[in-house]
Amino acid sequence: MFVRLVYESFRRQKRRKLLAGAAITLGVTVATAMIAVATDIGDKINRELRTIGANLVITPQEDSLDVEIGGVNLKPPTDGAFLDEADLPKIKGTFWHNNITGFAPMLPVGVTIEQDEKRQDVTLLGTYFAKQVSFGTDQFTTGVRSTHPWWRVSGAWPQDSSRDVLLGERLASRLGEKTGDTITLAGRPLRVTGILSTGGVEDDEIVAPLALAQDILGRPGAVKRVYVSALTKPEDAFARRDPKSLSGAIYDRWYCTPYPQAIALQLTEAMSHSHAEQIRQVAQNEGAVLTRIEGLIFLITLAALFASALAVSSAMATAMFERRAEVGLMKALGAGKLALASIFFAEATLLAMIGGVAGFVVGSGLAHQIGRSIFNSDISIPPVLLPVILAIAVIVTFAGSAAAIRRAVGLDPVFALRGEL
Amino acid sequence: MFLRMLVRAAVLRRGRAVSALFAMVVAAAVATAMLNLYVDVQAKLRREFRNYGANIILVGRDGASLPADTLARVDSVLAGRGIAAPFGLVVARTSDGQPIVVAGTGFERVRQLDRWWSVSNWPSEIPTSGAKSAPEMGHPALIGVRALPMVTPKNQAFDLSFQGRTLHVSPTGTVQTGAAEDSRIYISLADFVAWTGVQPSTMEVAASGSPEEVAGIMQQLSQAIPAGDVRPVRQIMEGEARVLGKTRATLLAAAALIILTAALCVLSTLMGWVFDRRRDFAIMKALGASGRLLNGFFAAEAAMLGAIGAVIGFLVGIGIAAWIGRVNFHAPVVPRWSVLPVVLAGSMAVTLLSAILPIALLRRVQPAVILRGE
Repeated sequence: MFVRLVYESFRRQKRRKLLAGAAITLGVTVATAMIAVATDIGDKINRELRTIGANLVITPQEDSLDVEIGGVNLKPPTDGAFLDEADLPKIKGTFWHNNITGFAPMLPVGVTIEQDEKRQDVTLLGTYFAKQVSFGTDQFTTGVRSTHPWWRVSGAWPQDSSRDVLLGERLASRLGEKTGDTITLAGRPLRVTGILSTGGVEDDEIVAPLALAQDILGRPGAVKRVYVSALTKPEDAFARRDPKSLSGAIYDRWYCTPYPQAIALQLTEAMSHSHAEQIRQVAQNEGAVLTRIEGLIFLITLAALFASALAVSSAMATAMFERRAEVGLMKALGAGKLALASIFFAEATLLAMIGGVAGFVVGSGLAHQIGRSIFNSDISIPPVLLPVILAIAVIVTFAGSAAAIRRAVGLDPVFALRGEL
Repeated sequence: MFLRMLVRAAVLRRGRAVSALFAMVVAAAVATAMLNLYVDVQAKLRREFRNYGANIILVGRDGASLPADTLARVDSVLAGRGIAAPFGLVVARTSDGQPIVVAGTGFERVRQLDRWWSVSNWPSEIPTSGAKSAPEMGHPALIGVRALPMVTPKNQAFDLSFQGRTLHVSPTGTVQTGAAEDSRIYISLADFVAWTGVQPSTMEVAASGSPEEVAGIMQQLSQAIPAGDVRPVRQIMEGEARVLGKTRATLLAAAALIILTAALCVLSTLMGWVFDRRRDFAIMKALGASGRLLNGFFAAEAAMLGAIGAVIGFLVGIGIAAWIGRVNFHAPVVPRWSVLPVVLAGSMAVTLLSAILPIALLRRVQPAVILRGE
């Protein structure tokens, strides 16, 4: 009898149920999409912030002091210690390898360009452009093209295995060279494949594949510093504690949180004779920006949840209000308050489940769409969200219909049937 | 008569009128808050991005020094729209002949411009009164953390020499940035110029405002300082533009979703309300009210509800936006009055729509049928 009542109610009042169901679906859609966006926005913005450049730098531990002004190192290039290029893939072997979006080794070498009897001292910077590196079975591509996305080349990027170079734009205009020309450095003819524009000191330099720079310097496998771009968690008071003073479980928690300091420590451990440090300009500020944006989206998600809860409950209240006559009839036939309330609540639950699942599917699609069109990457939706969303939908539907059901149940059947009230 | 009918209609069915008004207020409040945030968030986030430091660099052409009055000119161009810090760099030698980069700058300016510098103790820029004591005490200096063990392991005063002239400096603190600053020594610009006779060669400028405003400032700078070369710091500018653009797009998508939901909520509540009053409608019609009068009556009612809801909602929404601004950005979101007409028009459009739809349905029905309750 009970099941049949509920079933018939859905069969006979298709229009009304459809309206209420649509409201629930819409509300759940908005809630799902907003929650999915809010949980993923931190990661997405973090990746966008990586366009500002690397946030960690690895230098040789025993390095002597840099005497560098405007990108020109005034010390003999063979001076000081170096990192070993063979250690570089180990960066991807650390605990946080998934957080490391890229790295680029740098090796500056002082060279002399001879042109029309004029000698000019310039810096040749050896680096990876988009080099295939493998760690174990892991293959990945890294280099300045991913860590320094603001570098722009008119012409073509050189191959990492080639002997081609890029000329900084100011240097190129000083020398009068252009793409396709050949320059002679340290007795080697090198082809210029493009002109590099960075807005920084590289505009006055020559940028070459790392192997070529090592060859000119005469130190195979040498790297001066490595820029690492990593997704980090904004620094808080816990992050700033000295890891040496932490004990046991607390140290593990510190070590296993992607704070800039913790990643730097692991990079130091991974590379022999190295010292990794955060570049404070980038690392400190991205935490602030990230916190602000995450906070903003979180508050807006609350507003969205509130609005969708309101929409669902108002639709339910309206739907109940229209069914006074029905309630009156059932009461006149002798239905008890409990029986009446349980019928309506069963209907509401069913409606919430159907609308909730439909809304979850549509909302997931919407979140994907938002991720695609704004961030060019998918927004992942944790499956655990489905039961949470369904529970919220049922609660909100209940809350929305509760007042209306109570009023309907309390009505005098005579008035309700006559349609007065 | 018309007015009295409007008022009585609202008073008699207080419950439903209040719930309809409530829905309207919430929708208008949410819409106002979202629009306000959408307009204001860019300014708020730009301020956060200024913590990244300079977005414009001014250098002397071909490495030459800038004229002595450059800082004053830059300040007059900026006129409060940003901050600039001068930097002069030379290679000096320590007493045991080690080369080291010494930079002269304005500490107070750097402190505001490069907030990420982790400095143990900033030197005060005010010269110690009675300048006589300064040479004995040593000129205040910030030592980079990498330079510290080399130049003064015991943190004592030491001598630097540049082209035969020596400067006695006493470290007041250390600076750590993770970049080139770590291997330098920073002294005040006045000491630097007096000691080396070299004027600063670089000016870091953090200009605030939209990309167009920053481009305008760059143009003014290059006109005001012909001896300098003005360059944008592209990584900061591009990163800022990207993050701002994505955030705003996300916000826009969220705002569209929320406003749509709120509008539909109002629509369903109001339609239920109007539909509920089909008896009033039928009685009026039976008593001889013309179709135009009825339409006018319900439309006026809806418009009034929309207007009242919009105004209250606008005030509430401004409050919400201000609260979000305070909680999240530590600065209230400024109310935008330009949002009010938009919200007002939107609210009235939604309420009118939700009144007219049921009326159009009811118009076709005979009053007798409605009154009989069928």
